[in-house]
Amino acid sequence: MPAALAAFEFPPVSHLFEWPVVILDGTPLAINKTVVLTGAAALLTIGFFVLGSRKRALVPSGFQNLAESSYELVEENIAVEVMGAEDGKRWTPFLTSLFFFIFFMNIFEVIPGIQFPPTSRIAIPALLAIIVWLMMIFLGMKTQGVGGYFKSSLFPPGVPKVLYLLVTPIEFISTFLVRPFSHAVRLFANMMAGHILLTTFALLSAALWLGKWNAIFLPLPVVGGAAMTGFEVLVAVLQAYIFTILTAVYIGGSLHPEH
Amino acid sequence: MTILTILAEITGDIEVGLKAMGYGLAAIGPGIGIGYLVGNAVQAMARQPEAAGMVRTTMFLGIAFAEALALFGFVLFFL
Repeated sequence: MPAALAAFEFPPVSHLFEWPVVILDGTPLAINKTVVLTGAAALLTIGFFVLGSRKRALVPSGFQNLAESSYELVEENIAVEVMGAEDGKRWTPFLTSLFFFIFFMNIFEVIPGIQFPPTSRIAIPALLAIIVWLMMIFLGMKTQGVGGYFKSSLFPPGVPKVLYLLVTPIEFISTFLVRPFSHAVRLFANMMAGHILLTTFALLSAALWLGKWNAIFLPLPVVGGAAMTGFEVLVAVLQAYIFTILTAVYIGGSLHPEH
Repeated sequence: MTILTILAEITGDIEVGLKAMGYGLAAIGPGIGIGYLVGNAVQAMARQPEAAGMVRTTMFLGIAFAEALALFGFVLFFL
């Protein structure tokens, strides 16, 4: 057992996430695996819904059925549930594209041969979170007016006047600083943890395969790796769902302030 | 601040070990929280199956907020 583990060496974590540049090295447009996969996820999202809405049969079948039921899934479970019927229906297109964009990026984690989720680089979740954050502030100012928006978000009603000394800084930090940060980090850290987890199981399996006692010890990490792959599929869906539902909550909160 | 500066001065392996312990500590609270949260959500869904959809949405929101704390610990482990 010690002899088998002596050969096992975990690579530094940056090795798992940093990819060499393929073309256009040294320019701002340098392309590596992350960029390619992000573009592929965007194209998949566009292609999925363009193909699904091309025929527009009254009774959907086949691919159109799939696209329509995915749209309805987001509409019923996320948009209408959180934002109400009217706003929910208006915001479903945005939320659906966000959901499937993130989902396709996440699911690359378990597809054999690719096995890298672009969302495990902080840049992509951070960009998405910043877009949502700017939309939240802009929509709040648009629907409630600049003063009204800051009044409703920084001075929640129903609080004794003296307590505003305490409540307002807390609200400011939690709404305008922690919110976008945790929104991005939640997706990023989950995918990064998943990627490290799968790598660990794969490396352990490989190390035990080369060891002397492989017949005895190999089944454990192999079964574990297979189970974790299934778990990561669940995580990919769940994180896309949570990112989208939080987007709906943030935007819905800007459109309808608490009274 | 003083604790942080002392920690920064301790070199090498101890630092990594402390970071790992920090992550372990950061995982306790959210673990307990999510346990309570999901348990109560299941209880609510069992008592009132027609409200299951609403309870589930709120449950996932709560999980997301509670989980964030553990994930901060995880990210800070690598920083």
